[in-house]
Amino acid sequence: MSTALPLGGAALLPGLLLAVTWAAVAADAVAAGRAAGRPVSWTVALGLPGREAVRLLVGQRRRTAAGDELLRGIGGAALLVAALMAAAVLPLGLRPVADLGPGLVWFNAMEVVAWAAVWLVGWGANSTVSLIGGYRFVAQGLAYELPHMFALITAAVGAQSLRVTDVVAAQQGLWFIVIMPVAFVAFLLSAAAMAFWGPFDAPVGRDVAGGAAAELSGVDRLVFSTGRWLLLVASSAMAVPLFLGGGHGPWLPAWAWVLVKTLAVLGVLIVLRHRVPTIRMERWTEFSWVVLVPATIAQALVVTLVVLGRGGI
Amino acid sequence: MTLQAFLVVAAALVSVGLFGALTQQSIVMVMMGLELLLNGVILAAAAFWYFLAPAGTEGQVLIVVVVTAMAIEMAAGFAVTTAIYRAKRIDMTDDAAELRG
Amino acid sequence: MITIALFGALAVTAVVAGALVFRVDSMARATFLLLLSFLAVAGLVLMTGLHYLGLVIVLMMIIEMVVMAVFMIMYMMNPAGLMPMSMFHNTRGSAVVAATTFVALAGGALLVDWPVRGGRPAPDLTMALGESLMGGQMLTMMTLGVTLFATIVGTVVLATGRGRYDRLGDELDAPESDDRDRGGVGR
Repeated sequence: MSTALPLGGAALLPGLLLAVTWAAVAADAVAAGRAAGRPVSWTVALGLPGREAVRLLVGQRRRTAAGDELLRGIGGAALLVAALMAAAVLPLGLRPVADLGPGLVWFNAMEVVAWAAVWLVGWGANSTVSLIGGYRFVAQGLAYELPHMFALITAAVGAQSLRVTDVVAAQQGLWFIVIMPVAFVAFLLSAAAMAFWGPFDAPVGRDVAGGAAAELSGVDRLVFSTGRWLLLVASSAMAVPLFLGGGHGPWLPAWAWVLVKTLAVLGVLIVLRHRVPTIRMERWTEFSWVVLVPATIAQALVVTLVVLGRGGI
Repeated sequence: MTLQAFLVVAAALVSVGLFGALTQQSIVMVMMGLELLLNGVILAAAAFWYFLAPAGTEGQVLIVVVVTAMAIEMAAGFAVTTAIYRAKRIDMTDDAAELRG
Repeated sequence: MITIALFGALAVTAVVAGALVFRVDSMARATFLLLLSFLAVAGLVLMTGLHYLGLVIVLMMIIEMVVMAVFMIMYMMNPAGLMPMSMFHNTRGSAVVAATTFVALAGGALLVDWPVRGGRPAPDLTMALGESLMGGQMLTMMTLGVTLFATIVGTVVLATGRGRYDRLGDELDAPESDDRDRGGVGR
């Protein structure tokens, strides 16, 4: 039973994502201003994404000596396209644009494109610091990917389906965050790490002069950072159907609940970014492998036992 | 789409991979040739499943096995390359002709 | 019609990208051309209706090729291809072997009288595969699992430069390891 949105939904999706991204950029600017002790008013912050986009559009593109422009271009575009494709399985309300059978695998496959994209952007510039940024992201990816996959698997086990709408339907009574809190935390951390956001921004860190994005300017930077923001929004929006009951909730219609919950998850990630300092790569890697991987495996086991106890498959 | 078309494409992938694995001097490039060869095997398995025995799952299981074999091949290959490089500073197959530590 | 065009495009992409892997000088380009070949094959697998396996191939190959790229850059003397060089040996013999293999395989594919298609695909292929791996093919799955585990242990032992005796002393009794980079859980 496929319950995809009519084709118009596909045209609506990028606009919706960009609108949420716009709000998130503004909220981030306000939070940054507050953290720096120089408060930014909301009216200024709401105009910021537009002004920044125009500034980057008219800015000159930087070219480096003997860079691989083709690979760099592919990398930047792939980040943007992958974020949009990953969002195709997000239920807007109760129905997604594409209700794929293995929807969770689709989402995972699309967001993994970010590995290739960031590495290519780092490599393509033929610059040391940007290549260091690319390598950092690969190391970070190897650390977050397994907990991330186990979190997805745990939600799939809870719903006994890889289809995102089935996962939402299984949470009609009880949100999955209640029976799988560890998976939710791991997912949230990996969503931040995947968009090299918050404490996981070492790949574009200040200590390597902007890392993978160091040599980007003008429209290249606009494409790259839009892709990064869309990836952050798409992956935090995915936490809603996976763990927070999707569109289920009292009083409000389903789409409003999805919007409210997505903004709440984004809010948590924005607070996280401005409250926690950048975590060093070797610390995050060891923590991820030694703590998160066993914890998420144990979580998957517990949920499996719960499902079996309820008389599942 | 016919079985023959799929199998010819798979045969082309296997032979290109074989050519790469036989000609390349760098150990890493040899592994890329082997990966391409297994890529052809995946395609052939999917084609056999779809055109001959879609009712069973043996074709799908074969793809799972091949994909796992690719992962193992790559992990083991890089581990050996790393070990050889640590011991002898060698990254070419011609230099590693004798497998003495 | 569209199906045939799509099949042709994916098939040509898979083979041409695969062949170009051994022609380009830049190792980054070689790795990502190989990835393109894998993605085209994943597209062909998706066309046969194996959606789950096709997506798993996409997922795995992207990760594998990014890791591959790291090792390529690490172990090649000329990773960016800024100084073109030939890294072939025994080209003619290999070409003969490869061409013979192709003729034999393709000839077999075209000449063999293949049996007719038997049965219909299960309605939910992913579920069918899962039940098969957890049922009749359980032994296959267990073998794969054990092999993967052995690979993990074996590759780490082979590749590591500093084992536990280097870190904790010959008696393994050092109160603290002398790692250059401290990890995140303070061991």
